[in-house]
Amino acid sequence: MTDTHYDRAAGDTSTLSQARGWVPSGVVLYTVGLLLAIILTATSFWAANTSLLWGPGVPLGLAVLAIAQIGVHLVFFLHITTGRDNTNNVLALAFGMLIVILVIGGSLWIVTNLNANMMPSAEPMNLQMQR
Amino acid sequence: MSIAVTFDEVGHQTLPSASEAGPAPKRIVVAYGFWIFLLSDIVMFSALFAAYAVLVHATAGGLAGAQLFNQRSAAIETACLLASSYTCGLMSLAISSRRHAATYLFALLTFVLGAAFLALELHEFANMIAIGATPQSSAFLSAFFTLVGCHGLHVTAGLIWLVVMMAQVVIQGFRPAVVRRLLCFALFWHALDIIWVGLFTVVYLMGVAS
Repeated sequence: MTDTHYDRAAGDTSTLSQARGWVPSGVVLYTVGLLLAIILTATSFWAANTSLLWGPGVPLGLAVLAIAQIGVHLVFFLHITTGRDNTNNVLALAFGMLIVILVIGGSLWIVTNLNANMMPSAEPMNLQMQR
Repeated sequence: MSIAVTFDEVGHQTLPSASEAGPAPKRIVVAYGFWIFLLSDIVMFSALFAAYAVLVHATAGGLAGAQLFNQRSAAIETACLLASSYTCGLMSLAISSRRHAATYLFALLTFVLGAAFLALELHEFANMIAIGATPQSSAFLSAFFTLVGCHGLHVTAGLIWLVVMMAQVVIQGFRPAVVRRLLCFALFWHALDIIWVGLFTVVYLMGVAS
């Protein structure tokens, strides 16, 4: 009963008593992660080169595949899970993702707006942002 | 009636919380600190990604991504880095069971695959510069070389770190401090692979598809 549970170190597998359910061993975990990553990567490369898919939808599909693969890497390689001994790591990750989304999304949003509002002038200008 | 059964019945509320139990072991504190560093590194990369995404069409009349990038070489680089991440994971397992030979073997595989990735990337850079696609020729290429080059520099630092860690294992064995550093190295190496996932998608696949 005096057993204490610290938050787990990032990269460690859980040390909680694993009474319920089958717990995969380390090698199985890494191998499943590798196979999933290979499937997702291969799908990405296929989707970028095929003519079977609707062209304008491909970048969105690639983004979804990349996010899925990042998730696979986090869970199977870095062992970030939703377990209760992993709260600190997940909270830090959530904050990091918030900043990443703000930086990338905000930059794209603002500069797209800026480009749309910069009307091409009559005389050619030596703009840095030539299209 | 064993203690374990009553323990299961009352659930986990009765466990002493981490703050009552005193400070966490150093291994956990170190890994958490390194995790925070990795996230800040990813935030830095997000700024480079944003710069690249904003400047991707600013080719100043020069070559665009669709003419410059070779998907086959990108695929081989991806395969190298992914396999290297996997062998790094197997190295972590060998370290946690204190197997010397397996640790050296997987460290060697990780190093060779990482070095192959770096060689391919440098070869690609050299080809691009040879046909006049230098970093100073357009905003798009400046952003490209900054983003991909920064990832390459991280991989270089990781390779040097791996060599240093193997020297420490040879000289000092699996001391707790050495094992902690190896844990941090594994986190670093996996995080580099995560950044590469975003990189090959945004730069190589979207650049050629659209």
